[in-house]
Amino acid sequence: MLRVENLKKYFPVQKSALEVLLSRRRDFIRAVDGVSFEMKRGEVLSLVGESGCGKTTTGRIIVGLERPTGGKIYFKDKEITSLREEEQRKMRRYIQMVFQDPYASLNPRMKIGEHLVESLTIHGIAENEEAKEMAMSMLDRVGLPGEQFFTRMPYQLSGGQRQRVAIARAMILKPEFVVADEPVSMIDVSLRAAILDLLLSFRDEYNLSMLFITHDLSVARIVGDRIAVMYLGKIMEMGKTKEVIHEPKHPYTAALLSSVPSFVKKERKVEIIGDIANPIDIPSGCRYHPRCPFAREKCKKEEPELEGEEHSFACHFPLEGGF
Amino acid sequence: MLLEIEKLTTVFRTRRGVVRAVDNVTMSINKGEFVSIVGESGCGKSTLAHSVMRLIDPPGEISGGKITFDGVDLLSLSDEEMRKIRGSKIGMVFQNPMTSLDPLEKVGDQISETIMEHMDVTKKEAWQMAREMLEKVGLQPERVDSYPHQLSGGQRQRVMIAMAISLNPKLLIADEPTTALDVIVQEKIMDFLEDMKREGRAVMLITHDFALAAERSDRIAVMYAGWLVEMGDAETLTNDPLHPYTKGLIQSVPDVWMDKDIKPLPGFPPDLINPPEGCRFRPRCSNASEMCMKEPPEVEVDGRVVKCWLYG
Repeated sequence: MLRVENLKKYFPVQKSALEVLLSRRRDFIRAVDGVSFEMKRGEVLSLVGESGCGKTTTGRIIVGLERPTGGKIYFKDKEITSLREEEQRKMRRYIQMVFQDPYASLNPRMKIGEHLVESLTIHGIAENEEAKEMAMSMLDRVGLPGEQFFTRMPYQLSGGQRQRVAIARAMILKPEFVVADEPVSMIDVSLRAAILDLLLSFRDEYNLSMLFITHDLSVARIVGDRIAVMYLGKIMEMGKTKEVIHEPKHPYTAALLSSVPSFVKKERKVEIIGDIANPIDIPSGCRYHPRCPFAREKCKKEEPELEGEEHSFACHFPLEGGF
Repeated sequence: MLLEIEKLTTVFRTRRGVVRAVDNVTMSINKGEFVSIVGESGCGKSTLAHSVMRLIDPPGEISGGKITFDGVDLLSLSDEEMRKIRGSKIGMVFQNPMTSLDPLEKVGDQISETIMEHMDVTKKEAWQMAREMLEKVGLQPERVDSYPHQLSGGQRQRVMIAMAISLNPKLLIADEPTTALDVIVQEKIMDFLEDMKREGRAVMLITHDFALAAERSDRIAVMYAGWLVEMGDAETLTNDPLHPYTKGLIQSVPDVWMDKDIKPLPGFPPDLINPPEGCRFRPRCSNASEMCMKEPPEVEVDGRVVKCWLYG
């Protein structure tokens, strides 16, 4: 369904005019630094990591909101990063995104229903009355009765309701691939489960694949078939959700898991040292080594590759024993 | 008892009507106790914390009740007397450290100014104390010379905590101190709050994260739509919740270590200008009956307080 190969995104660092005059070297933030993965039809992959790890940028490149610095993306065996604009637009109907902030993703001057109608019109799926009818029934489907909600304005809706509109707008195009970027992190706690349920119900109905970006491993546990853990622009570990959670191989995954608040008392704790490194100046060897309590000489020199079939990890000295 | 809140009501008079953000809330915190106030946005948990600090600005107003801290009736104090208590006896840490730090002043200046305002020390002594405080919260003492923008979000929050504890308060109120931070940084800050408790200070943590509260607190108070709906021992309350809202909330949040049946809570939190008649949770409650059209009483069940007709 989707194959990402060695994806890279470097952002140039803004400099003052004086700095530009004094030095020729340009610094880059290596937001995404060689990410590869594959997804099957109907599969949900959770992309987890701390803020700044590159998970959102990865998602934005896939839906075409950013151009990659390097690497390739194949959607149904077709390379999509080098497509011309018009072809890209056609493709975009099938690859949709749900954003984190439901307050920023809707147009404050447009009626709720018009967001959906516009989506249909732009992609040439339906117009006028037909589009309106489709919008009405999609609003019903996401739990916002069309009769009541079509003519409302975004400000009249709560955060949870807005996120339902954003989901409806993406789903009305019957996409085959959806990137959901922290879709519940700004929603009231008691409403989160319902939003997740709604998203997953579309996965079942359309058999769509979903890249679910989250910093919250407890959410990843319930939504994802697989988990990929990112750190400083790279995937550190990837595998079946429960395997990664209960038998993490990478010390970073284990440290993340040790910090997640839980109702269950923790039996094992893996430490992490200091603060996240600067993405302009990525550490040598394994980029995690300055924070890793188990780092040895080799880790400072050689960068480990992501290796393994079902459960892969990029670590010279993987952990043994489970959580 | 270090802090006693009795029948506290804080209202906001808006153009659309009066919002009873905190409505008749009674609770207490002991010396050296870690208490979490859990609830969703708009439930009144933050307003409760701000009321204790008397930081409610118009159109808000504490309209009834009593707050006793260390034997002193806080609501009867003059603004000047209250200002002395704030900081020296009760410290507070807010959600967004960037808005509470002055971007133009060095961290050391900001901490030492707070110290000098309340204590009779020289500037040099105050700076030395600032260094010690930073070390205590796990930062390098040289950070006194940093400006806020040179620090990460987690480091800024630690500076805020250093400032809040610099005067040795008996109670630290932390209002969603880690909401904007990553879990790893959150863990470190929470460890630190627990250390404070071990030193004999009381901690009042305001959070929407039930698991976080369960992990760290001695007791938990659950708020819904301005009401305190349940309060009791953290472990008992999370393992065997009594109030239908507490039950529903726990059942609706996923847990990284547990296979559980996630059940969404139906409906939305109410509009507080027009709250539902009777029990405010009634429209979302699967146990609701005729009785619930009247306001439920607060009853004590096995050492726990619960505001629900099921137990009345």
